[in-house]
Amino acid sequence: MNTENIEQLIIEAIQEVAPEIEQDDIDMDEDLREECDLDSMDFLNYLMALKQSTGISIVETDYSQVSTFNEMLSYLAKRLN
Amino acid sequence: MLEDITMPSLGADMTDGTLNEWLVKEGDKVDVGDIIAVLETQKGAIDMEVYSAGTITEILVAPVAKVSVGTVLARLALTDTSSQAPLKKERTETLTTELKTSDVTKEGISQEVNTQDTHSQHDNSQEAGVNILTAQVESVQAEAMQTSRVLASPIVRRLAKEQQLDLAGIKGSGPQGAILLADLNAFLANDEHENISKTASSEQNMRQAIAAAMAKSKQEIPHFYISLAIDISAAQQWLQRHNKNKSPDERVLLLALLLKALAKSLLKYPQLNGFYQDASLPSSVFQGDVSQGEGFKQASAIHIGNVISLRQGGLLVPAIHDVDKLSVQEIMESLRDITQRSRTGHLRTSELTDASITVTNMGERGADSVFGVIYPPQVAILGFGKNKKELILANDKVTEVDKITACLSADHRVIDGMIAAKFLNYLSKQLQQPERL
Repeated sequence: MNTENIEQLIIEAIQEVAPEIEQDDIDMDEDLREECDLDSMDFLNYLMALKQSTGISIVETDYSQVSTFNEMLSYLAKRLN
Repeated sequence: MLEDITMPSLGADMTDGTLNEWLVKEGDKVDVGDIIAVLETQKGAIDMEVYSAGTITEILVAPVAKVSVGTVLARLALTDTSSQAPLKKERTETLTTELKTSDVTKEGISQEVNTQDTHSQHDNSQEAGVNILTAQVESVQAEAMQTSRVLASPIVRRLAKEQQLDLAGIKGSGPQGAILLADLNAFLANDEHENISKTASSEQNMRQAIAAAMAKSKQEIPHFYISLAIDISAAQQWLQRHNKNKSPDERVLLLALLLKALAKSLLKYPQLNGFYQDASLPSSVFQGDVSQGEGFKQASAIHIGNVISLRQGGLLVPAIHDVDKLSVQEIMESLRDITQRSRTGHLRTSELTDASITVTNMGERGADSVFGVIYPPQVAILGFGKNKKELILANDKVTEVDKITACLSADHRVIDGMIAAKFLNYLSKQLQQPERL
């Protein structure tokens, strides 16, 4: 899967919990929870959406590796390619 | 035995609501908790439940209609007489208005508005209530008269209600000036900004509802505040172990543990779980937990209201029922469910009316602590701040611990500081043994 496709999946997962967010609104290297104003329930739902679309279940101990958009992108890219 | 099904009050601030749709018809059998209608209120679209089992004998108000709280919408013949409400008002007087417009099109444009309300005139202690009910009936009648002047088909009325349009402002091209679907479409096409003002108006409604409830609370309830920094290291470790190797949909959040610990603490300190009954409040607010007179009434169950902030602004406070009887996993599922439904609609009437205490978790939004405003007629609200790491000296050793500050705002008419402090310490103790929650 190419980078663009993964980016699309991440955006779709974000929009499932925060429908008003567009990719342009997000600083790709800032903490996503702050960028999109996600609480822990939103974040969990975001991970559930990603699990559904990519099949990857991100364990709790890996949360620190996926806190920004770009981190999530490389985390998923490593596992999908 | 007949029971009235009325427009419920979803809070002391609510004066009216709109009946959007019936999900039952006359003759249908219903069970406790069945959803029988969809309402539109200041709190969004709400699923209306029935509180007794029986058969719907009469439907008195046709959708779409805006009516006052307490207006009788339908009647229910109870199957089990023991389930009848403890404070059943006797029906001694019935006010009925029936307004019919003659059929003016071949589809038959007609509307029928029945407003009926019942109250006892013999019971002096309920005189204040009688006046309120009479005023409500009069206002509903006035509204019915007003709407009856505009001729429109049911589909037009429904669409207009959905779009929050005033039909009086639309020119009709049908017989006797009746508004047809084409007139409505033409009006909407000419009025592009209508959508923007619609969103703005629903946000404004919610703002007004919050304003009314919070102003009432601060004016009437003598709040006091007490806080405790609680060590949640054990709870966090339990969560880590529990969530390890679980897929996201099976994970539990700290809030679920906090709610369970709160429910257990309320079993020991029931003074915090209930309502302060003000003589002026309609009894419908209490739904069975009511008895006569002013003062504190302990709730019969532990229903915890959860403050859920909406992304577009505003908030809702749906309750999770019988939290003391749920497992931590079940509480988590309920949290997920009410969060989802707060954002998409379909909260149930009971969830918005019967919370016996409220929890607000502003730690999620980065606040150290939150001193909440009590949601009347409740007597307490518990606020949780954010998780902070601290170094403590224990047994001659420096250890790192996780702490959150829990703040209790309580009604001093009902609770004293000593009880509140003991309660917080008991809550802290529950969280030291998360495996027992």
